[in-house]
Amino acid sequence: MLAYSIRRIFQLIPVLFVISLLVFLMMHIIPGDPVKNMLGLEASKEAIEAERERLGLNDPLPTQYFRFISGAMKGDLGRSIFTKKTITQEILQRYPYTVKLAVGGTLFATVVGVLIGITCAVRRGTVTDSSLVVVSLVAVSTPSFFLALMMMLIFALNLHWLPSIGLRTPMHYILPIATLGMQSVGLIARTTRSAMLDVLNQDYIRTSRSRGIPEKVIIYCHALKNAMIPVITVVGLRFGGLLAGSTLVETVFSIPGIGRYLVDGVLKRDFPVVQGTVLVLAFSFVVVNMIVDLLYAVVDPRIKYE
Amino acid sequence: MDSQVFKRFIKNKATIGGSAILFLFLAMAVLGPVLCAYDPNRIDLTSVYQPPSAEHILGTDNLGRDTFSRLVIGARISLLVSFVGTIVGSFLGMILGVTAGYFGGKIDSVISRFVDLLLAFPGLLLAIVVVAILGNGIPNTMAAIAFYSIPYIARMVRGIVITLKDSEYVQACRVMGASDSRIIITHIIPNSMSQIIVNTTLNLGTAILTASSLSFLGLGVTPPNPEWGAMLSQGREVIRYFPLAAIVPGVAITLVVMSFSIVGDGLRDALDPKLKNN
Repeated sequence: MLAYSIRRIFQLIPVLFVISLLVFLMMHIIPGDPVKNMLGLEASKEAIEAERERLGLNDPLPTQYFRFISGAMKGDLGRSIFTKKTITQEILQRYPYTVKLAVGGTLFATVVGVLIGITCAVRRGTVTDSSLVVVSLVAVSTPSFFLALMMMLIFALNLHWLPSIGLRTPMHYILPIATLGMQSVGLIARTTRSAMLDVLNQDYIRTSRSRGIPEKVIIYCHALKNAMIPVITVVGLRFGGLLAGSTLVETVFSIPGIGRYLVDGVLKRDFPVVQGTVLVLAFSFVVVNMIVDLLYAVVDPRIKYE
Repeated sequence: MDSQVFKRFIKNKATIGGSAILFLFLAMAVLGPVLCAYDPNRIDLTSVYQPPSAEHILGTDNLGRDTFSRLVIGARISLLVSFVGTIVGSFLGMILGVTAGYFGGKIDSVISRFVDLLLAFPGLLLAIVVVAILGNGIPNTMAAIAFYSIPYIARMVRGIVITLKDSEYVQACRVMGASDSRIIITHIIPNSMSQIIVNTTLNLGTAILTASSLSFLGLGVTPPNPEWGAMLSQGREVIRYFPLAAIVPGVAITLVVMSFSIVGDGLRDALDPKLKNN
């Protein structure tokens, strides 16, 4: 397991390298000159040329990429064209908000989704099962930004139970986390239901029942652990997705996270900002997927990594 | 769709319900201007934020524009963007998947690594990157949706083709001297089609969500075009005083996404009844 983990971490290096190359190239095929955008339509040709020279945009692409990647490895992602602030500093300030939202959303979705999934599987074919399946379907289908607005309208603006914007106190986290997690609830519930139904039909569960083991012990100790493998895959993928998906929730609840920073960067065509944030989000997604991969063996000791 | 598949499809009540809702929105999109009593972009500052009435059945927005007319024309834009984007993405994904799965070797390695690389970006992030490169607007939102769909379809089709290419009937064709292109066009693609259709239908729901998310963020279809996500974004500003402006497009998006999901599941069950219990 240790050898596999180390090998898996080393395998990550070329993947991260290729992602950085792709992000760099994508930003360099963008039509239009970022320097013209920065200096405005009034700028003279000489001023534009001087600024391009200063930013190193006249250098060959390999040189520019080498500068970008060696800077990124030292934690320097450049400066914003508009605010002139260092992008690394901005990301470091904003990343914790996004991670807190994604972790909170994932925990919320996992707890609620697994509970709904188990209830549906145990009460298969009943009204409870059908109702919860419908609720899951609605949760998956509702856009997170619409859900966020409705939750804000009901719990913040009408009932005054919770604050509506920002992330100052623990109470501020409730609405964004519930909104962000809700879409994954449906997916996790569906996966848990299907995996639990598979496991509950197996011989060892029938044997446990015939031995008189209480149903709760069978469900939570015997069946759930074996049903967790597909659920972990979905949870892991959703966590990575929530890192990017939090953009919408950050927008509605005015949270200064990395997703909002990315969108502002795109709207202002501030390419170094877009390049830096996309790189950080894609790296996070790949690293989370690797951790999920490694978690399989912890949950299911039958899995042996060669 | 043969009669057996059709019978299985209509046997499921949820599928019928989902299909009916979809049909309603598709009819709305196709009939478009015929259903609209007002020009969706006509500004009337004397009747802003009107509640539903006989004159304006879903009320009016911040500029006095008729919400129902905007919803109808919005259906046209939202569905068109999602359909074109998903179908183009599925087609390109299918070509990549078939090529990788059928020819294998180095071609497979190159295509699979490319697909893995695209999958390294969470869906919405990939769509945002495409819009960052191309700019916003209807055609670029379609391109973002297409790009977003490619890796999922390519990976699925590759898996199917790897199984199909070693089947006896394909080997028999090869022995009879059929060319690779003939085998792919007349045997491999038709036999992969049912799964491609199911996945494309399921992807359509995700495409609507992605397109409306981009427009909500101001990166997709831009005002005054009445795209549902853009309408919701405008409704957000007056959520406290006039929630209907956000509720109407929000419910429309939810209903359409849910219907695509139900119809996709129904199609999968009808085309492959063995999967139903899973």
